[in-house]
Amino acid sequence: MRKSIKAAALSAPLLLAATAPAMAQSVDERVNELFASSTGWFVNLIFSPFPGTSFPWIVAWLVIAATVFTLYFGLIQFRAFPHSISLVKGDYSDPNDAGEVSHFQALATALSGTVGLGNIAGVAVAVGIGGPGATFWMILAGLMGMASKFTECTLGVKYRNEFEDGHVSGGPMYYMTKGFAERGLPMGKFLAVLFSVFCILGAFGGGNMFQANQAHAQISGVVGDYPGWITGVVFAAVVFAVIVGGLKSIARVTEKVVPFMGVMYVAAALVILAMNADKIGWAFGQIFEGAFTGAGVAGGMVGALIQGFKRAAFSNEAGVGSAAIAHSAVKTKEPITEGFVSLLEPFIDTVVICTMTALVIIITGQLIQDPNTGLYLLDEGASTIQTVDGNKGVALTSAAFSSAFSWFQYVLALAVILFAFSTMISWSYYGLKAWTFLFGEGQTTELVFKVIFCIFVVIGAAANLGPVIDFSDAAIFAMAVVNIIALYFLMPIVKKELNSYMARLKSGEIKKYS
Amino acid sequence: MSNKIVLGYDDSEAAKSALAFAVSLAKAQGAELVIAHVLEWSPYSFLTPEEIEQRHKRREEELKRAEDALLAPVRKSLEDDGVTVSTELKYGHIAETLIDVIKKSGASHLIIGRTGHSALSSRLFGSVAGSLAQAAPVPVTIVP
Repeated sequence: MRKSIKAAALSAPLLLAATAPAMAQSVDERVNELFASSTGWFVNLIFSPFPGTSFPWIVAWLVIAATVFTLYFGLIQFRAFPHSISLVKGDYSDPNDAGEVSHFQALATALSGTVGLGNIAGVAVAVGIGGPGATFWMILAGLMGMASKFTECTLGVKYRNEFEDGHVSGGPMYYMTKGFAERGLPMGKFLAVLFSVFCILGAFGGGNMFQANQAHAQISGVVGDYPGWITGVVFAAVVFAVIVGGLKSIARVTEKVVPFMGVMYVAAALVILAMNADKIGWAFGQIFEGAFTGAGVAGGMVGALIQGFKRAAFSNEAGVGSAAIAHSAVKTKEPITEGFVSLLEPFIDTVVICTMTALVIIITGQLIQDPNTGLYLLDEGASTIQTVDGNKGVALTSAAFSSAFSWFQYVLALAVILFAFSTMISWSYYGLKAWTFLFGEGQTTELVFKVIFCIFVVIGAAANLGPVIDFSDAAIFAMAVVNIIALYFLMPIVKKELNSYMARLKSGEIKKYS
Repeated sequence: MSNKIVLGYDDSEAAKSALAFAVSLAKAQGAELVIAHVLEWSPYSFLTPEEIEQRHKRREEELKRAEDALLAPVRKSLEDDGVTVSTELKYGHIAETLIDVIKKSGASHLIIGRTGHSALSSRLFGSVAGSLAQAAPVPVTIVP
């Protein structure tokens, strides 16, 4: 008897220790189930294919928009590229305006909102499903997206609200209301409300849950598996301290470290490419071949195209409207100059950084090919390509970089956490702007939004990648649906601004200061 | 040769000594004094979205504070003292901006205070007085 009590006493802690992870795991599972079931309908609506095809209408929507803007503004992304660089360098900035937000600062802040997990994890997802060919479509989408970004950011500055105390609020909801009213068009207010609702969802999704989710995946990849809600609570606490507690120091440190991390990431990728210089030709061969044949990839060429376009849009947010919020506070007499500067964003984000990620994954041989046919092997569900060790998402990128430098996984883990964090801070701001547009500015309403935002950090870290990425995509693309409608109606205004500016630039009325 | 003296001025003790020196010199030479205050600012620093939103407002506040607390009192007391004086309030890199002020005003002399950096920190990061002594287009007097 005594012995059995002792045995029970001994086994109790053991039993507890054994059940604790199981309980924690089930918290994650329950969050995941609840989340997947409550958002499924929204995801299905956004990603429903054209009848009789597997082509989602939303991808066509984005591609058509980017093409329309590219043609309407006469390949503005190539024509204005040198002038954009000149603006960022400050060649055209009036020295008397020193102390105001510079073009460089606006670009850097907007970039730290977009350069994030989309560039590291999103690209891995694209290449993992769509094969190397997805890279081609991603780059093309990045180049065309520059025209969408140009359009929305010009409008963002032109129709921003300047309040009496000097602070500025801008974004699609403002050009929808003011721009539509100016052109005598109906429905501006309706679009603005709809956009704001989707922007809030996007802030919770791609700007928050996806980030928390992949940050957790990265950390547990380095330190070993543990329940996601723990990462979620820690992240939520830090985000809370910054956005509610006004702890600017953390945000400021992040803003300084993030660009450094971005440069380091590209540098590491370049070194790996240099080490495998003999394979670069082969890698581009795979990219081009895959882009047009989709050899051995789930969904073939269309599958590669869909993945490429989806992940590019998710990464650089062109046409989504978020950048219009970020850029609208800059000091400039010419709204169009901010449009020029913003077109560099998809270039840096997608054409440079995303392409680096894709090339490193391809070149380091993470995607398993059939040695005889050279086709990529699909996993059991035939939905993704088999990878070394079965990695996907951020783990795939991490494995690719670590195959060259084993220590890089730690650097990448840190980069992922910082990128995730800075993206969350940016999106909390975008979401808040949409929130205050709907509910008015005021401390209590703002606090409500911020608290909900932190709760979603925990949900995002606990849920599985599948449902999170689906919802994140759906919410962000829903923003693009509304935003692009507005851009079509307002693009003649941008054209007018563009023509007037170009004429004055040519005549020498607008000239360099330095 | 123009008879203008530029004084780099802030709220430090050294700047006050430099002011006293500059005033005596200006009186002796019958020169005009240009008092310049530079708010350190780089267009290449990084800001959060919220800081960007607030920037225009903050700038107005910073300019007003510098004018009211620093420049206006000095200008008033020197004018009462019979010295011809003007002030410049600028944003930018301190040394570069002071050089701009010298060039624009056509001054022939720069006076600045020496702030007490340790030898190590000024060797690592450089000091404003040090870089002005090297780069200014006119004779520089550094007042301890």
